[in-house]
Amino acid sequence: MSCWQTVQDYALRSIGIGERLLPRDDFTLCQQFTLIGSGMIWNVYFGLLALLAGFFLATALALGKASPNRALRKPAEWFIFVFRGSPLFIQFFFAYFLFLSLKGVSSIFDPFTSAWLGALAVLFLNTAAYSGEIFFGALLSIPRGDLEAADAYGFSGWKKFRKITWPTMLRLAWPAYTNEAIFLFHATTLVYFSGFPAWRQKGDALYYASYFADKTFNPFIPYPILAMYFILVTLTIVGVFGLVNRHLNRHLPAERRMRMRVRPTLLR
Amino acid sequence: MFNFCTDPDTLPQLQWFACYLTTGKHMGFYASFGTVLLLLAITAPTALLFGFGGASAARARLLPLRWFGKAYIALVRGVPDIAFFLFFVIALDQAFEWMRHQVKCPDWDQPVRQGNDFVVCAAAKMPLGTSPQWVHETYGFFLAVLTFAIVFGAFAANVLYGAMRAVPYAQIETAEAYGMSHRQTFWRILVPQMWVFALPGLSNLWMVLIKATPLLFLLGVEDIVYWARELGGTANPRFTDYPHGDWRMWYFLALLVFYLGFTRISELALDRIMRRLSHGQATAAGEAQRRTAGGPP
Amino acid sequence: MKKLVLATAALALSAGLASADTVRMGTEGAYPPWNFINDKGEVDGFERALGDELCKRAELTCEWVTNEWDSIIPNLVSGNYDVIIAGMSITDEREQVIDFTQNYTPPDPSAYLALSADLDVEGAVIAAQTNTIQAAFVAEHGWTLVEFATPEETIAAVRNGEADAVLADKSYLAPVAEAEADLVLLEREEAIGGGVGMGVRESDGELKAKFDAAIQSMKDDGSLNALISKWEVSSTF
Repeated sequence: MSCWQTVQDYALRSIGIGERLLPRDDFTLCQQFTLIGSGMIWNVYFGLLALLAGFFLATALALGKASPNRALRKPAEWFIFVFRGSPLFIQFFFAYFLFLSLKGVSSIFDPFTSAWLGALAVLFLNTAAYSGEIFFGALLSIPRGDLEAADAYGFSGWKKFRKITWPTMLRLAWPAYTNEAIFLFHATTLVYFSGFPAWRQKGDALYYASYFADKTFNPFIPYPILAMYFILVTLTIVGVFGLVNRHLNRHLPAERRMRMRVRPTLLR
Repeated sequence: MFNFCTDPDTLPQLQWFACYLTTGKHMGFYASFGTVLLLLAITAPTALLFGFGGASAARARLLPLRWFGKAYIALVRGVPDIAFFLFFVIALDQAFEWMRHQVKCPDWDQPVRQGNDFVVCAAAKMPLGTSPQWVHETYGFFLAVLTFAIVFGAFAANVLYGAMRAVPYAQIETAEAYGMSHRQTFWRILVPQMWVFALPGLSNLWMVLIKATPLLFLLGVEDIVYWARELGGTANPRFTDYPHGDWRMWYFLALLVFYLGFTRISELALDRIMRRLSHGQATAAGEAQRRTAGGPP
Repeated sequence: MKKLVLATAALALSAGLASADTVRMGTEGAYPPWNFINDKGEVDGFERALGDELCKRAELTCEWVTNEWDSIIPNLVSGNYDVIIAGMSITDEREQVIDFTQNYTPPDPSAYLALSADLDVEGAVIAAQTNTIQAAFVAEHGWTLVEFATPEETIAAVRNGEADAVLADKSYLAPVAEAEADLVLLEREEAIGGGVGMGVRESDGELKAKFDAAIQSMKDDGSLNALISKWEVSSTF
């Protein structure tokens, strides 16, 4: 079977399109590359959606944590503490348990026991907590002068937040937020590994990598392939976030621009 | 454990639990908390050492060394830690045995790779086939520490690399003006000053390291997650004196409390260290301390 | 190097053997009645009893080591233990990588465990442990397969309605059906997998021969059948 044929058969296998049976013997490198790459669809799906949705909740959490109002501050603080203080591994376990029991309460919760929604929800809450903490830190370090200038121009309330506070917060938080994005994508490998069951052998990249490791009894090929795919994803994230960073800093004189330093300030 | 534990079927609830929670299996569970803490205690300084090596290499003047340092940082950080854990331990073990094989058995005539098998001479085995069980366990633990240190060393290297660059350049220029060599500048000026800048990143890394420990079971260490699964699973009356249903939730709840508590304690301790380190420093935090203390602005 | 070492069954046989290498026996420790961890925290079960007896007959000093199922073969070929004795069915796939001794249980069917006895498995959702012959069987037949990391989770899935049935070794499911009234074994069974044997490295012919002889002697004097019946792991020879 030619490699092109393999790609046609298995490139979309992880979402249930193409050949139904996974390769059973005579494993080729091409098969491993194709199927593990196919699994990456799920990693990107979880990472991207959780990141996009988490961004908004993170902003709310940061504002909540910085709020002088106790009723807003305490829940935000606890939310961030619980999600940042416990391993994602254990969060997945509890989420699955919780969704199973909620299923009995109402059929609205039925899809939550599948990875595509349930795991996404966990990753969403998790990344919101981590990003919320980053945004909170940035919120506190906004130069007072900027806020005073906004007042002087007569900005207040929503307008001040949208035009001054929020963009400045983003600019300051961006390098750390880039890290969070990288680690969120890495964390997506835990979904099928420990959290949620795989249906009809549709899984993420790690699921297929371990399938091959199990069938060929040789871990030294599939896992490095998986690593390669993730390095590509990481490079893409760094590139895209770098562009956004340039946009956020475009008004600053060259020497004051925040240098894009990807630091491991946060992961799980 | 207790004398009344001879016939668990007849016990009232309280004693039943007293006996159940003190079985040999549970002792293994409790001991595994110690294993995790010990691993953290050993891994943290080792990873720091790796990180220091990586950061120094990344800013070395020798080009290949610089490439090596940067590649190490970028490669390890680009890959999910779980992917490393799944094959690294076997790879490390084979690498050690292969090196020992080259040294100890130079006249060995059979290939090391025989089909699927990895075969080294008996003298090169790690640990030796005759070693007692605890040596095997210790060696496994050592490999786990090394794997963790390699992975987290890359993150530490990145933090330290940033911290080295954060030291004001004037300091280095001054050192050079005094006629210090490159080596002297590095050890006497740069290294002592970088820690204040590195501490926030390193404390974050410590939190991350704590939360990576549930993956220890992948490295073959009998960790708390392994035992929680083993103990929490439904216990069939045919195979145990203490049958029960699916109690995994309670065991994982215990783990959750452990992790949250450990995180909280670490947070408090690191805050204290940071306060002490910032004291009198010319950083924003040091400045803030001076202000609240009512000192001169 | 998955060395979840739990029990050291140093079968001190005779002083003469003290200098010989110990044979390290790798098992999973999570598959009763074949192998499991007992209340004392030691490896127990059919294979513990069998392995100890075989080592005695082959005059070997043996030591027990547990290892996760997923990496049990890579760790054998890498030399981290010498024998796999973990309810492992002899299959062609595995034969390509490791050698098996002769089987110590006859081929036995796999069974379904479900909530109701009149389930039609072909249209149902079947749970199986990831990377088992049962998972491969369900996938090959094109039925709806849902995979879990541990056997415990597969049964939990049936209990809470995520899956309609579990497909696994009958000996594993039977005690569960016995203990829980609402779970039943289906009448339908599937003949998958050969007998169960001990796995050894292909380069370890000598060890394989010793265990083969020991298993044969246990078959001949009927002690193997007695052990099988005692632990109810399969039919007898």
